[in-house]
Amino acid sequence: MRISTPARLSLRTVAVLYLAVLLLVPLGLVFYRTFQHGFSEAWGWMTTPAAISALSLTLLIAAIAVPLNTIFGIICAHVLVRGRVRGRAILDALIDLPFVVSPIIVGLALILVYGESGWFGNWFINHGIRIIYAPAGMVIATVFVSLPFVVREVAPVLREAGEEQEEAAATLGASWWQTFRRVTMPSIRWGVAYGVVLTSARALGEIGAVLVVSSNVAGSTLTLPLLVYQRDSQIGPEAVSGAYAAATELIVISLAVLLLMTLLGQRREQVR
Amino acid sequence: MRIDILDVGKRFGDFVALADVSMEVAEGSLTALLGPSGSGKSTLLRIIAGLEAPDTGSVQLDGGDVTRARPQDRGIGFVFQHYAPFNHMSVRENVAFGLRIRKRPKAEIKAKVDELLALVGLTAWSGQRPAQLSGGQRQRMALARALAVDPRVLLLDEPFGALDANVRAELRLWLRRLHEEQQVTTVLVTHDQEEAMEVSDRIAVMHEGRIEQVGSPSEVYDKPVNDFVMGFLGPAVRLDGHLVRPHDLTISHQRNNGDIEAVITRIVHLGFEVRVEIELPDGSQARAQLTRAQAGELDLGTGDTVYVKAPATAREKAVA
Repeated sequence: MRISTPARLSLRTVAVLYLAVLLLVPLGLVFYRTFQHGFSEAWGWMTTPAAISALSLTLLIAAIAVPLNTIFGIICAHVLVRGRVRGRAILDALIDLPFVVSPIIVGLALILVYGESGWFGNWFINHGIRIIYAPAGMVIATVFVSLPFVVREVAPVLREAGEEQEEAAATLGASWWQTFRRVTMPSIRWGVAYGVVLTSARALGEIGAVLVVSSNVAGSTLTLPLLVYQRDSQIGPEAVSGAYAAATELIVISLAVLLLMTLLGQRREQVR
Repeated sequence: MRIDILDVGKRFGDFVALADVSMEVAEGSLTALLGPSGSGKSTLLRIIAGLEAPDTGSVQLDGGDVTRARPQDRGIGFVFQHYAPFNHMSVRENVAFGLRIRKRPKAEIKAKVDELLALVGLTAWSGQRPAQLSGGQRQRMALARALAVDPRVLLLDEPFGALDANVRAELRLWLRRLHEEQQVTTVLVTHDQEEAMEVSDRIAVMHEGRIEQVGSPSEVYDKPVNDFVMGFLGPAVRLDGHLVRPHDLTISHQRNNGDIEAVITRIVHLGFEVRVEIELPDGSQARAQLTRAQAGELDLGTGDTVYVKAPATAREKAVA
């Protein structure tokens, strides 16, 4: 279809304005506010004990949740696409549960299971393991809410790639694992990479589910998003500055993950 | 290696893909499984390969039961209709795949792959990705890949089905020569009767999950056991209730005993041959195929009344 020049220009303007108003301006303002009073002050806010603790807890949670959900996601996508088992439709629907259930409800559900009066709660508490109001519960909540991304990114790519290459590998003598590593994985790596980016973004940024199972004590059970939330709800310009500093940290980490996965994908492409 | 298929049955839901099929593929032969789509030929090939498990019956390779064996352990080479190239690997890596899996020494892999690339004429393309090759080249790469592991049986699933007519003809010839050199027992699935007759030394004609007839190309063409085989292996017209080949009909201006009266409705000149379309007394249409010389001698014209004679074999069948 041919579009006239004025129409094309106005379409472009609309798209750019839309992105600018909704994405760039708000994010840019966060950066602006963070560094408003100079870099050293912002750095000071980023290096308070509470901020460092929040940063390390955020990274720890992501470091557990992302690999777990990546491995599970690939296996699950494989079962969904290649499996010939009954009940695939149920599994398919279950995977979307974290998308449709509000994160707050996820947190409440975890308290019902692992809380002091919950099903398994007593057993864990008797064995000296705290889950609710502790980092363990926050990890479980994060795994829960970021579970579908890898599955949903990998399944269509796997379906598109088809089964023939895997069958060819089998007839050439490759075991299941050799086929997966040498044939399946290379053909789905872009889906996996994108799934990992989305999972990371969600794991780093999750607040609702984590808020419910966290004790919200600065320095021990606050993640960066929770720190932003807590500082932002305190009164006074200082606390707000702290919130912006933490927010900037969060944005930088997320952008770094996105950049890393893109570079990783490109490098692998060149090597092969 | 000899292949024995014993009472193999396979269903997909309600669809019967194979109904108690038995056949024997002789050592060193090139056998075609020929049939229309849905006749079960690809399913049978995949069962021989171990990519599909039969519901009933068994498969033996050289007398040893492999019905439950994995494809990895059968010593087969399999070539897919759409080549199934490993797109992220170079042509060389594709061909080397099976040898690398077997952890052969590097020098041996290189020598073997070089030899195979030369055999399939892809030496100059060894560093390219499959996506940069033409369809015919991709299929030759797939063949080299399958041959690299010295399979005892080579299985080809519609290998030339996705190629242009001239590339197809070239690859058929090439496959035939390759088979004569290497003598690997080969089973080829095709729906193209010309391909089956040109390439193979035995043809198994399949229809609705059964094998209708097994024989040499001339046997199945000249002595078909039923109307399906007759119709599937070449053009056939119905005359006096029997199927005959159009080129077996003789046409004359004089009535002889047993002839059928017909009116010429159209004459089509197709270079070497002439197709004479006729209408029989019962109103049905048929056609005869004559050489140009025969047609010239007879001096036929549209609207002429002629007398058509079926070949002796067809008349014998009619008597029987």
